Amino acid sequence: MDLPPLRTVPLFGIGEDPGPSFTGLLARGDSAAVASWGQSELPGVSVATTVVALRHRDGVVMAGDRRATAGNFISHRTIEKVFPAGRYAAVAIAGAAGPSMEMVRLFQLQLEHYEKVEGRPLSLDGQANQLSQMVRANLASALQGLVVVPLFAGWDQGRRRGRLFQYDVTGGRYEEQDYAAAGSGSLHAGTVVKLGFRGDLEAAAAADLAISALFEAADEDAATGGPDLVRGIFPVVVNIDSDGYRRLEDSDVEGRFRSLLASLEAPDGPGAGGG
Amino acid sequence: MNMPFYVAPEQIMKDRADYARKGIARGKSLVALTYRDGILLCAENVSNTLRKISEIYDRIAFAGVGKYNEFDQLRIAGVRHADLKGYAYSRQDVDARSLANQYAQILGHIFTHEMKPMEVEILVAEIGAEPGGDQLFHILYDGTVNDEHRCSVLGGEADAISERLAGLYEPELEAAAALRVAAEALAGADRTVRADDLEVAALDRTLGRRCFRRLDLAEIDALLPAPGRPPSDRPEAGPPG
Repeated sequence: MDLPPLRTVPLFGIGEDPGPSFTGLLARGDSAAVASWGQSELPGVSVATTVVALRHRDGVVMAGDRRATAGNFISHRTIEKVFPAGRYAAVAIAGAAGPSMEMVRLFQLQLEHYEKVEGRPLSLDGQANQLSQMVRANLASALQGLVVVPLFAGWDQGRRRGRLFQYDVTGGRYEEQDYAAAGSGSLHAGTVVKLGFRGDLEAAAAADLAISALFEAADEDAATGGPDLVRGIFPVVVNIDSDGYRRLEDSDVEGRFRSLLASLEAPDGPGAGGG
Repeated sequence: MNMPFYVAPEQIMKDRADYARKGIARGKSLVALTYRDGILLCAENVSNTLRKISEIYDRIAFAGVGKYNEFDQLRIAGVRHADLKGYAYSRQDVDARSLANQYAQILGHIFTHEMKPMEVEILVAEIGAEPGGDQLFHILYDGTVNDEHRCSVLGGEADAISERLAGLYEPELEAAAALRVAAEALAGADRTVRADDLEVAALDRTLGRRCFRRLDLAEIDALLPAPGRPPSDRPEAGPPG
């Protein structure tokens, strides 16, 4: 992608000014389409998998496993799929890892750029809409196999509640009331959340439910990574409430996993039947 | 054919400089000073929405005095420059010195080549990891760059304010004390400025990645000494939020 020349501070004439849009600013550099990534399906492209988000009493919890696969290889064990987006939102990605990371980076920059130019942050709806446009801009690549499907969740300061959004490859944006999942393990993760979800869940219980969902997805889906107790690799779990974005400490996530495993191993636990 | 009157280049430059200085002197002034946790920027500004001080990047702030539309145009260009540079390279490659040089080139070019010079004075401030690493670049309407230490004053009354500030300033002040010094230097002996007329922001080393923080009216009011009440009565600055 061609960037506008960096030698000078970018000043624009009336009518050419891209306003607070960072992608618009990038597009001013050259006619190269913004966010047009790889042109053909490449073998060995890393794919990021399962992410899940659910609403709780005080906000939303979002979690993603750490595995990326290329075909039947595990290409990365420690990639991250959940990122902050502004102070009160998070974006999680499933799909081709390279384009996904680039989209998140551009999305984060776009939010910050808007806030600095305009002097106030973009609303949560505005953020969700921006992400939708970025996913749509990737449609041509998606049709060639480089699919990017994000989840977006955040604390809406106007409505004083957590909200979450699901996307499809065309940029379609669907607000979900309770939970959402994306990626290869989303069917299993979504089912676990669906069965355990209650409207009055507390943040800690929601984090436990998300962790359990990822564990079950990893159990059924080869592309989803479970907790790696040997290497000390655990899914990324974040909580967003009226205080903003906060990532749970690895030690906290490890503790939750260990108690999940302990409950599964208990003599009368779910694993007792040998199923 | 009409021949234009000959005007000496010295005279043209002097006229332009006078014009720019007059425009700048019409507005209120601005003070920036380093304190223990970073750099405090304080401007007299009756508007609560048209800002003189803003964020450029993680550790860089912008301040301008003079004609609002002109320095705001420079501010937005600076945000764009910084975000593009950080996107193309890395966040740590964005620095105030190169931005200040860009501004100087633009202002210098406009001063000599355009009909009208920009009636602005701007400041590009960057905080270092340690108190000694703070940088203040003061750029004048003609592109002159001054690398200033500890404090910087922008605006028409800069000389008088600098003199007052030199008498009040101490290194390593607390945020509240730094704000009082700035407000007192701006106001002078024979008047006081109200919290409502001040715009205050800080680059604060303790804030993590994005160090820029704007103080709201309640915070400014709590930090300024109230008339008739000893300053020790006032609560200290709360934790940055």
